[in-house]
Amino acid sequence: MRVIAIVGLAALVLSGCAALEPKAAPAPAIRINEDPYPSTYVRYPGALTVIRHATVFTGDGQQINNGTVIFANGVLQAVGGPDLASPAGATEIDGTGKFVSPGIIDIHSHLGVYPSPGVEANSDGNELTDPIHADVWAEHSVWPQDPGFSRALVNGGVTSMQILPGSGDLMGGRSVVLKNVPGRTVQEMKFPGAPYGLKMACGENPKRVYGSHDHMPQTRMGNMALDRETWIKAVRYKRDWDDYYAHGGKMPDRDLTMDTLKGVLEGKILIQNHCYRADEMAQMIDMSKEFGYHITAFHHAVEAYKIADLLRENDICAVMWADWYGFKMEAYDAIPQNIALVHNAGACAMVHSDDPNGIQRLNQAAAKAMAEGQRAGIPNLSEAVAWEWLSRNPAKALGILDKTGTLTPGKMADVVLWNGDPFSDYSRPERVWIDGAEMYDANDPHKRPVSDFELGQPGEGDAK
Amino acid sequence: MIRAAVTALLLTVAMPAAADTIAITNGTVALGDGSGPIRGATVVIRDGRIVAAGQGVGVPAGARVIDASGKWVTPGIVAGFSRLGLVDVEGGAEGANDESADKGLFNAAIDVAPAINPNYQPIKVNRADGVTRAVVAPRAAHNIFAGQGAVIDTGADMDPITKARAFQFVELGETGASDAGGSRPSAYILFRNALREAGELSRFAGPVASAGATEPDARLRPMQNPNESRIYGRSAGRSQDVLLTRFDAAALVPVLQGRQPLLVHVERASDILNVLHLAREFPSLKFVIVGATEGWMVADRLARSGIPVIASALNDLPASFEEIAATQSNIGRMRAAGVKVSIGMIDDDESHRDFYERQYAGNLVALQKVPGATGVSWGDALAMITSRPAEAIGLGGQIGRLAPGEHADVVIWSGDPLEVTSGAEQVFIDGVQQPLDDHQSRLLERYRYLPRTDLPKAYRP
Repeated sequence: MRVIAIVGLAALVLSGCAALEPKAAPAPAIRINEDPYPSTYVRYPGALTVIRHATVFTGDGQQINNGTVIFANGVLQAVGGPDLASPAGATEIDGTGKFVSPGIIDIHSHLGVYPSPGVEANSDGNELTDPIHADVWAEHSVWPQDPGFSRALVNGGVTSMQILPGSGDLMGGRSVVLKNVPGRTVQEMKFPGAPYGLKMACGENPKRVYGSHDHMPQTRMGNMALDRETWIKAVRYKRDWDDYYAHGGKMPDRDLTMDTLKGVLEGKILIQNHCYRADEMAQMIDMSKEFGYHITAFHHAVEAYKIADLLRENDICAVMWADWYGFKMEAYDAIPQNIALVHNAGACAMVHSDDPNGIQRLNQAAAKAMAEGQRAGIPNLSEAVAWEWLSRNPAKALGILDKTGTLTPGKMADVVLWNGDPFSDYSRPERVWIDGAEMYDANDPHKRPVSDFELGQPGEGDAK
Repeated sequence: MIRAAVTALLLTVAMPAAADTIAITNGTVALGDGSGPIRGATVVIRDGRIVAAGQGVGVPAGARVIDASGKWVTPGIVAGFSRLGLVDVEGGAEGANDESADKGLFNAAIDVAPAINPNYQPIKVNRADGVTRAVVAPRAAHNIFAGQGAVIDTGADMDPITKARAFQFVELGETGASDAGGSRPSAYILFRNALREAGELSRFAGPVASAGATEPDARLRPMQNPNESRIYGRSAGRSQDVLLTRFDAAALVPVLQGRQPLLVHVERASDILNVLHLAREFPSLKFVIVGATEGWMVADRLARSGIPVIASALNDLPASFEEIAATQSNIGRMRAAGVKVSIGMIDDDESHRDFYERQYAGNLVALQKVPGATGVSWGDALAMITSRPAEAIGLGGQIGRLAPGEHADVVIWSGDPLEVTSGAEQVFIDGVQQPLDDHQSRLLERYRYLPRTDLPKAYRP
């Protein structure tokens, strides 16, 4: 009996082995590379630089009169008053009568994807072949030779920007954050460590593009339905991959659109949502809660002032023009106090351009918004506070505030020296540094980028 | 204070203030003629016209005195090239845009005057920012000739037309090439043919009262026939070899006779020279060049031609192949060469954001401090958005300056008007103080306070 038992056990073991053998242990999961087009940006060399006697906007609401800014090795070293000592060997710049600010960050640009010249062959910003195109990536369209980058640098003091796909699709694709340093490839411009964004769009554009072809969506409710159906798939896709990464086994089929949405659901990819009307923003907020993601910013939020409380409560930034209005029905209720009202409600406000000309004057857009707010009686709107709309808040909404956006020691030395008060029409950037490297000097014609496209053309190297 | 403004508005609308005598004192006054600002000056308005402006100007007895201490006083802004009043909503709102007739049958005969709606929001928004007059052009549809533009005021009344059929507008650059079927040569032959057909008709035209003659009180007179075809009887035969409709050909007769300026949109340097050639070929025509982004490259020849230019102020991108040499110094360089240049909004949200002109002018001043760039003086910059566009289209001496006899379009600003941080505080058009509220200012009041109250926001004033 004992023998039998042993034999029985052996049989059991054997049969167990026989049963398990075809299954084997699950294959360990293979991690998908989430950064297959990595940044190859390397900062250019810069001098140990001290700017003295300038009016300094730190970018986080502070103004330092007779201020000193010190940077070296690409990094801000110290920011303070006249008593800051210069390190040995520093290049000293007299900023008397001049202003220093963080580099401006434009969170909404189509440079490179809708470049100059604006001809059909260069038009790469809107896929428009299906309303759900979270699979396309703006960086795969960016033409680094767009002359617009240089204008944004030299006239606008713009040191970083987010390049977005257009708004014809409900999900237009991934954005990319760039340093405004000329590159041969877009990889050479990619802001190291900046998260991706997903461009979503509410309202008129998607329903016009597809409705005009009798294709869903042709209504706002169609916009919502298609978005929701997509998020349902994305939640299932993420569950499949979570399961795969936890237990291994057969790799789920990959889908580029779903990859992006999974990144959103994981909080790795930020939602940058084109949305004009207050009521539609509220719908998008509910949709984000339905599926468990967070909206980082509403772009072109011309009615943000109507729901500034809702934006504050949900920690969503509003990205706004100073005074564009009436160019479409959903912009009919735009008011020039929008930015100031949103700011005053305690929500995160910022200016943006969406335009290769406007990007050259974002400081003046902030000046308008500040002045309109002041005239409307909104309190505590100083120039130093308004500067938050130009660099700090865009950096926050791009997930790079730990790296740039304010003049804080330890951050990237993205710095503009203005030849006067940047809230005046009469002032322009005089020198611009990106990661401490001087990329523009108004007094040095060699310190002015010229794109390949402009070589050998009339006006090459001209003051633009 | 807001309430007071609203009340004032209602009163103004109900009974337009009598155009009585007003003296604006102690302001920093700029005349709009190219000169710099004058501190502590006075502007006197009577019966809708400027009486005097400058230092040492006395206040007439009985005048309403407005103390402009700490303020700036200038002529109202004249939008040098615009589509103001033709559009309420640019896209997606059928019925609210009369810029062009894509399915229409006529071109040169088109007259924008009946499209102007003084109640459209862009008129109010621009008025509230100190724009008091605008040169309004139709947009070309499927022909190089867009039609006849108007000069309007932005006053809160139902008579916006300062001058109907003030000019003809034609596209001869990239847009013209496209409208002509795909090439510049096609555009030029269409142009020459159109003038030939107009010439054929003009032989039948007797001496006529100038169709576009400026009449000081034109707004009080009945609208004139919107084209010139009435001047030809049955005898005005045309050859069989025509492309234009009779109305279109007739509309070009005043152009051919030099009685109506011809605004030509070109950007490329070589296209500008083509227009100079046309000016020699057709010496009777009164050309005005619109755009001229590459004008700086041929500035000397432009200056010698005497042809006025209404240019985009800050184009600095090679946005198209006709703007490769774009630079913000374009206007400064043309001005330095002696070109009669002013600022317009050319394909630049010109139906809505004409108030950007003062920002643009300020930016041209800024260029004076940029090495290698060419800017303009403050006085020149202001003139480029007031008197100079008026001169370009033949209304010099009537609008655009604070000079005796000119229309009393006056703005009192919180500060230097070329700074975006300054705002228009009081606006007078033809001596009548204007309401400055609009859809936007009403929304501001409704949403200034967000917390829930006893009734929905729709019940707020």
